[in-house]
Amino acid sequence: MNTLKIENLSASIEDKKILRNLSLTIPNGEVHAIMGPNGSGKSTLAKVLSGHPDYEVTSGSVSLDDQEILGLEPDQISRLGLFLAFQYPMEVPGVSIANFIRAARNARLTEGEKVKAGDFYKELYEKMDDLGMDRKFTSRSLNDGFSGGEKKRCEILQMSMLDPKYCILDETDSGLDIDALRVVSEGVNRMRNPDRGILVITHYQRLLEYIVPDYVHVMSEGKIIRTAGKELALELEERGYDWIKQEAAA
Amino acid sequence: MISPSQIEVDREKGNFHYETDYSFDAGIGLSEDVVKYISDVKGEDPWLLDFRLKALSTFGKKPMPTHWATDDLKNINFDVIRYYLAKGQRPSRTWDEVPDDIKNTFERLGIPEQERKFLAGVEAQFDSEAAYSRMKEDLEKEGVIFVGSTEGLKEHPEIFKKWFGKVIPTSDNKFSALNSAVFSGGSFIYIPPGVKLAQPLQAYFRINAENFGQFERTLIIADEGSEIMYMEGCTAPKFETSTLHSAVVELVALKGAKIQYVTVQNWSNNVFNLVTKRALAEEEAEVRWIDCNIGSRLTMKYPGVVLRGRKARGEVVSIALANDGQHQDTGAKMVHAADETSSNVISKSISIGEGRSSYRGLVQMPGHLKGCKNNTECDALLINSNSQTDTYPAITVQGDANSVQHEASVSKVSAEQIFYMQQRGLGEAEAMSLCVNGFVNDLIREFPMEYSVELKRLIDLEMEGSVG
Repeated sequence: MNTLKIENLSASIEDKKILRNLSLTIPNGEVHAIMGPNGSGKSTLAKVLSGHPDYEVTSGSVSLDDQEILGLEPDQISRLGLFLAFQYPMEVPGVSIANFIRAARNARLTEGEKVKAGDFYKELYEKMDDLGMDRKFTSRSLNDGFSGGEKKRCEILQMSMLDPKYCILDETDSGLDIDALRVVSEGVNRMRNPDRGILVITHYQRLLEYIVPDYVHVMSEGKIIRTAGKELALELEERGYDWIKQEAAA
Repeated sequence: MISPSQIEVDREKGNFHYETDYSFDAGIGLSEDVVKYISDVKGEDPWLLDFRLKALSTFGKKPMPTHWATDDLKNINFDVIRYYLAKGQRPSRTWDEVPDDIKNTFERLGIPEQERKFLAGVEAQFDSEAAYSRMKEDLEKEGVIFVGSTEGLKEHPEIFKKWFGKVIPTSDNKFSALNSAVFSGGSFIYIPPGVKLAQPLQAYFRINAENFGQFERTLIIADEGSEIMYMEGCTAPKFETSTLHSAVVELVALKGAKIQYVTVQNWSNNVFNLVTKRALAEEEAEVRWIDCNIGSRLTMKYPGVVLRGRKARGEVVSIALANDGQHQDTGAKMVHAADETSSNVISKSISIGEGRSSYRGLVQMPGHLKGCKNNTECDALLINSNSQTDTYPAITVQGDANSVQHEASVSKVSAEQIFYMQQRGLGEAEAMSLCVNGFVNDLIREFPMEYSVELKRLIDLEMEGSVG
């Protein structure tokens, strides 16, 4: 089955329970959004799915195209096809964007194969042009001294160069102005296709006007409490989160 | 990593023997007789024997500098060291005895078969004779002299004697005194005025059985307007049973001359590598020390430039990597002795595991000078939580017409950075390597091409097994 399937996932950090029995299935070809108040565990979910070592999974399973990924190293999970666009991308001084992406590409090839420089740069430049990134950025140190908008664009650039099966966008809209938001969203939308599943984690409805989801889930206190179509996002915008939490508690 | 039990120190104290096939052995331990023996075997003039004996006496009088340097120096036992070795007498080992990690590094660095045995101390000679003679012919046409220390002082005293021991006096420190007593091998080079060498000169080609870097003495004189780049060392690990290496390198850059001295040091982890390197730069001359220290148990090395002529320039570019059981104690010395001189020091060190790296930088600008500038940047990267780094700047600036700038930073590769890179599909070790290479990247580019590729690979190898 071509899905990213999360079943009854519970996870803690330093003995504090964050995810409580969360279940969610993202089939390829669909875009799902998760919204929720601060502290609901949205970013934790993203981190646990990508194998962050600080989190302890206490129960449940996560499978990517029927392959269990809990317990695997983050790089193994990545090579199986999962990409996480970070909320706060890390700076890596001295490592250029071009070399970094090329190393990431090389990591996915079989022994002996190598990325062809000419083709690689052609593709890289095209995608940078699409994202409105100055080509000079290729030789700049990864995220080093970048503005928020530049960092997010760089995340989407990497995502598009690595061709993942499942993308998780963790609050990609935070820190973006309208123009950057549009460009980044267009970049994500260009990646929508029947073979790819996308999970958008966001606080605000605004992003979902640009990246229109098939389903919206509301997360609260570590679990999904409501699932509906894209209209739910608008309703949350108007009414806030409290009413849903009350409904769920009842 | 070499454990002490794997090293066999030959404890046979022999009498000195002369062999007709020119294999000489001074035995172990240090004494006036040993020094006389060395001088005799080389057929040196009396002034040189005298120089050596005075140096031996100075060596004996100087204390070990443990009041400022590491206590590990106390572990040097001068009595069990062999101070002179010549053809055929090099302690040999079989290929089987060579430690696996050394064999492994050779493999990973792609060192040719032929060289591996030499570097591992299995064979006494590396067949570089042919390449060396060819090079000599070409150089001779330009009037360049490129010989060993013995030949230099014997055949060309009018050139070398006047600078020999002047840049680094015997009494400079305990180890320059030791070297002055027992030196052998090394390169003596003279470049005539205006000659700009297109190719770097390599110590490599001068390696013969006598020249194992133990107590090398190098003197390079670049006459007015000449230019030379000299390269020594290699990225491949050099295995030595001898635990003490104490070289002296003197450089003289006359008016308008340029000297670049590139060193890559990768001695095995049992070696104490205590080196004195200094240059004199005359008016408008430039000296650059480009130095990478990866091996040895303890390296103490502070390449220096005495800026003696107006507008002279000195630079030290240094990379050090200290792994478990290693201490890289390196730095620079910039002594300004003329107006409008400038000096630049950029030092990057990486400490892995329990490795320790220290930076010691001396900058001196007396008050009567004007228009002098120094810029120092020393950055340290700590890989593990028990890695260690220290910085000891010693800056003396007087007067109000000079400027000095000093920047230092210490950073760690954070777990979040590693996770970020792993999320892109890079393994943990590879991620770490990328970070470390990124850290030293702009300095590696200062090294000639042949070295920079190997250096990157060598750093990667050191990083493996450091993670976690």
